[in-house]
Amino acid sequence: MDIRAQISMVFHLDKCIGCHTCSVACKNIWTDRKGAEYQWWNNVETKPGTGYPGRWEDQEIYKGGWQRDTNGGIQLKGAGKKKGLINIFHNPNFPTVEDYYEPFTYDYLNLVEAPAGDDQPTARPVSLITGEPIDVKMGPNWDDDLGGTPDYARNDPNLEKLSPAEREAMFQLERMAFFYLPRICNHCLNPGCVASCPSGAIYKRGEDGIVLINQKVCRAWRMCVTACPYKKAYYNWYTGKSEKCILCYPRLEAGLAPACMHSCVGRIRYIGVLLYDAERIQAAASAADADLVARHLDMLVDPFDEEVIAAAQKNGVPDSTIKAAQDSPTYRFVKEWRLALPLHPEFRTLPMLFYVPPLLPVVASVREVADEQKKKSLNEISKVWPDNWLYDTSTEELWGTVEQVRFPLQYLASLFSAGDTGAVAARLKKLMAVRIFRRFKTVGDVSEEIMTKVLADTGLTQETAEAIFRLTALAKFNERFVIPPAHREQALEMLEFTGDARGSTGFGFRERPARGL
Amino acid sequence: MSLPHLFLFVGLPYAAILLFLVGTVQRYRNTGFKVSSLSSQFLEGRALFWGAVPFHFGILVVLLGHLIAFLLPGGTLLWNSSPVRLIVLEVTAFTFGLSTFVGLVALLVRRFTNPRVKMVTTRMDVALELLLLAQVVLGLWIALGYRWGSSWFAADLSPYLMSLFTFDPNITAVSAMPLVIQLHIIGAWLLIAIFPQTRLVHMLVAPLHYLARPYQRVIWNWDRAAIRNPETPWSEMRPKNN
Ligand code: SF4
Ligand code: SF4
Repeated sequence: MDIRAQISMVFHLDKCIGCHTCSVACKNIWTDRKGAEYQWWNNVETKPGTGYPGRWEDQEIYKGGWQRDTNGGIQLKGAGKKKGLINIFHNPNFPTVEDYYEPFTYDYLNLVEAPAGDDQPTARPVSLITGEPIDVKMGPNWDDDLGGTPDYARNDPNLEKLSPAEREAMFQLERMAFFYLPRICNHCLNPGCVASCPSGAIYKRGEDGIVLINQKVCRAWRMCVTACPYKKAYYNWYTGKSEKCILCYPRLEAGLAPACMHSCVGRIRYIGVLLYDAERIQAAASAADADLVARHLDMLVDPFDEEVIAAAQKNGVPDSTIKAAQDSPTYRFVKEWRLALPLHPEFRTLPMLFYVPPLLPVVASVREVADEQKKKSLNEISKVWPDNWLYDTSTEELWGTVEQVRFPLQYLASLFSAGDTGAVAARLKKLMAVRIFRRFKTVGDVSEEIMTKVLADTGLTQETAEAIFRLTALAKFNERFVIPPAHREQALEMLEFTGDARGSTGFGFRERPARGL
Repeated sequence: MSLPHLFLFVGLPYAAILLFLVGTVQRYRNTGFKVSSLSSQFLEGRALFWGAVPFHFGILVVLLGHLIAFLLPGGTLLWNSSPVRLIVLEVTAFTFGLSTFVGLVALLVRRFTNPRVKMVTTRMDVALELLLLAQVVLGLWIALGYRWGSSWFAADLSPYLMSLFTFDPNITAVSAMPLVIQLHIIGAWLLIAIFPQTRLVHMLVAPLHYLARPYQRVIWNWDRAAIRNPETPWSEMRPKNN
């Protein structure tokens, strides 16, 4: 056993309202700089949709992540020692500015300074790269809320696993559904970005698992951009250095939640420590597709287990971190309750950001029923449209709505479980069971019999259901963000040894981050 | 042997080597952040392929050829003692030289025509690329006009270079060379002199060590064994990152 600690995240997708506050918080702090304007370390996508950069999930285009080779090991798909060094002069799988979007601003000054004339002055969009006026063709969330569906939502790579009929059904106006997928770097356990970096500039911090790029060692070989299947390593075109989400480590080290999490309006985000057994990484990353999720969860160990605690202590994990692991909301969601799943486990980077799959698009079903019958089943004062569709939100059917969803399970499975619909259905049923349980308690229109049956079906006790409800809906700041002390007194990340800097101008990165000659 | 010759073939080389050494150390130590290959593939990807790939593979082989002829003049002459082998060598070298030329021209065209790439072009980039172009053109000219370069380089220039490194400069041979060849030599020293102040520095950080390291890298800021030992004084644990 080689027990290590990792700061991990859970995003509860049912709660995301798609407000992009997280993206803006991150941008304001980290990427509002020349060369980084196009980078959204945190971005929120509408699913179904092509995302940012366009069709990032399609590894036939971008060649990100790992793939199994013939002897059961794994190889980077588009980088690595051989491919990386041969393609170092021109990386054939490198996304260019067109794949993201050309960053732009508006010529606001013209509104104030335009000479008096007959026409109202306008603020034309200008490129932040060339400074020339441009025609804006793309933005970071161009397909927000299913905008431009024919071009975007219909080209979602996850639709490939669906039959044409299922696909058509998804896009019928009456059945249309979508959800938001906020994404940051997953701070993976088997990161493609680290493995692909020829300079060795990218590394995982042992203490908390944050993946960082040493800006002084990066030489713009650009392989991380290709190798990260989530396209969360970005190339700064001005400084000639790659950059990525740093999980706000300066905030974390001070005990604060990362800016995206702190500002999250929907309170969908949780952060906490997971203890894992590093010896199982290899096996988990090279497991067969069907076992990927199970092996991934196997790697995460029980922080209350005496043996685990002893092994962790032997490995230099501080007691404060072990305590944080025991209080961790992410351990609860991911392992104890098995409610959360990793995004695209088939990329084999072992992401440590987990998603509670969204129930909302599936909770109601649209059924075709005879108009007469529909009227009969509804209260007479309810408004009825003269068509044959019934938007059914009743909980009578129990699992019917999970299994015959508006949003094909196969679609969610393609996102969260490498195609295993069972894993997604089990989680959705639990979410549903908690709702039925709460409905029983607060509204009272569900019989106790049904409530006990759904809890028994999903293997939840009343206490667990209550705990899930609490952490989902009521949890306060300190319950959502359980951040272990960073023990800065032991070592200062990116800062020098304090004694060395005594009497000088200060700590840290003292060089102006400008482009070289 | 005249004064200008002494200046160009003895003074300039030593100045260039000094500038190279001091400049490189200074650049790396004081402005390490700026040591980068400064790729512009993000801004423009297609034309770059037709420039960067022929240019880099070309110049790598050509440079390697110069280096071998310099370090192993005897071996080179021995190889060239058979006309067939000589022709094979010269044709290969010329092909890669042409590839360098084509790539460099494509890169220059791209630099001057693509509005985005223009935004990341410094004056030094332009100066460097023009100097390189002159150097490649001269090289190709020499290869065609003054045959067979690999042999006379090994016989006459290699001793000249050696004499510089043994601090016993002997410029009799270079002084008598045709002007084109002299210009090529002077260009080479100029390139070495400005090397640390240009984007060429990325050659020095070529990531060959990648081949020798394991794929994953984990860095501990703490000494894992020492941290739980109450006898370890905290000040001895230094961050291992910078
Ligand atoms: S998500 Fe991408 S950038 Fe982040 S650790 Fe994983 S491979 Fe690296
Ligand atoms: S701030 Fe929270 S709720 Fe808003 S888009 Fe981001 S993740 Fe979703």
